Amino acid sequence: MANDPIHQFQISKIVPIEIGGLDFSFTNSSAFMVATVVLAGGFLYLTTSSRGLIPSRLQSVSEMSYEFVAGMLRESAGTHGMKFFPLVFSLFMFVLVANLIGMFPYFFTVTSHIIVTFALAMLVIGTVLVYGFWKHGFGFLKLFVPSGVPMVLLPLVVAIEIISFLSRPISLSVRLFANMLAGHITLKVFAGFITMLGSLGAVGVAGAVLPLFMTVALTGLEFLVAFLQAYVFAILTCMYLNDAIHPGH
Amino acid sequence: MAGPDRRGKSGLPGAGSQPGGAGSELDRRLRDLDSALAQKRPAPEAEAERQPVGGSAGFGNALRLSSEFVAAIIVGAGLGWFFDRLAGTSPIGLIVLLLIGFAAGVLNVMRAAGQVAEFGAVGRAGDGGSPGKDGDGGPKDK
Repeated sequence: MANDPIHQFQISKIVPIEIGGLDFSFTNSSAFMVATVVLAGGFLYLTTSSRGLIPSRLQSVSEMSYEFVAGMLRESAGTHGMKFFPLVFSLFMFVLVANLIGMFPYFFTVTSHIIVTFALAMLVIGTVLVYGFWKHGFGFLKLFVPSGVPMVLLPLVVAIEIISFLSRPISLSVRLFANMLAGHITLKVFAGFITMLGSLGAVGVAGAVLPLFMTVALTGLEFLVAFLQAYVFAILTCMYLNDAIHPGH
Repeated sequence: MAGPDRRGKSGLPGAGSQPGGAGSELDRRLRDLDSALAQKRPAPEAEAERQPVGGSAGFGNALRLSSEFVAAIIVGAGLGWFFDRLAGTSPIGLIVLLLIGFAAGVLNVMRAAGQVAEFGAVGRAGDGGSPGKDGDGGPKDK
């Protein structure tokens, strides 16, 4: 783990498993995903088990996260959207806890791998498509046909709308992945500057104060980004589900 | 943050519950709380119009814009390349779909900024309870 800023994203096998020529190994990524689920689930379960009418501090943290996601979903998808609350809440908690776990030194950030974020995004878009077609049949395709467009322009507009729709899982996954990846690399690089400058004698040590400040500031920013990316992921999920619930007219 | 004030409001009635006397008294108060909450719920929607302007929701929106634009171009180029490979019309499909991808990217960005209606927003305007644009309708007011 010396000074290689990419090394922190390396996947290593903990328990090698191979079934039918396919690699199903339990890796450090899987371990941290399990840790994320256990931590998020355990926190919510333990803090709400007492069910106090006057909540304790930790219980109110759980209730606040519930209220936060419920309000977000109700606002963007209406009351009908509440049937998707378990999905949105699980996604929000998973991304948030995975991002926050990644902030510990030497820990692995699950969401810094695009395959993980892409799987989450495909889960969202898959839900939108399946629910949209199941609920509205081919009426769901009206989503791509805006009203009041002249017949001549319609093919072009529909093509644009379809590409716009297809870009959603890409932007959803790339945003989360790129933010976590870039943030962690930047942190590592600036932290590396401190040790490099520190080995240059007295002048170097004095100079090393600058990247140290930068690292401290970036750590704060990373915590903000960790929360914001979970928030953005959840709110976009809500907005996409809204399209599945109310496609056009 | 969009959360705290909403949370504060719904947390308020709970804080006001002193140790009550009879169980029926408690039930009555819980029902009152339910109705009070039901009245409060539509209120945040009005607030949502100006909420995203500042704070972390605004920052969240800012983080959205670039990736929305780039993703549409990637998808357009990818589709064009794939189409060319299938149909053997080498540069044409890539060129056309890349251009459409640019258009879709601009559309995505304008949608994310609240300048253009969301998918099917016209139909939803009559629904009343589901303003899809609210989440990012803020910049329009500026």
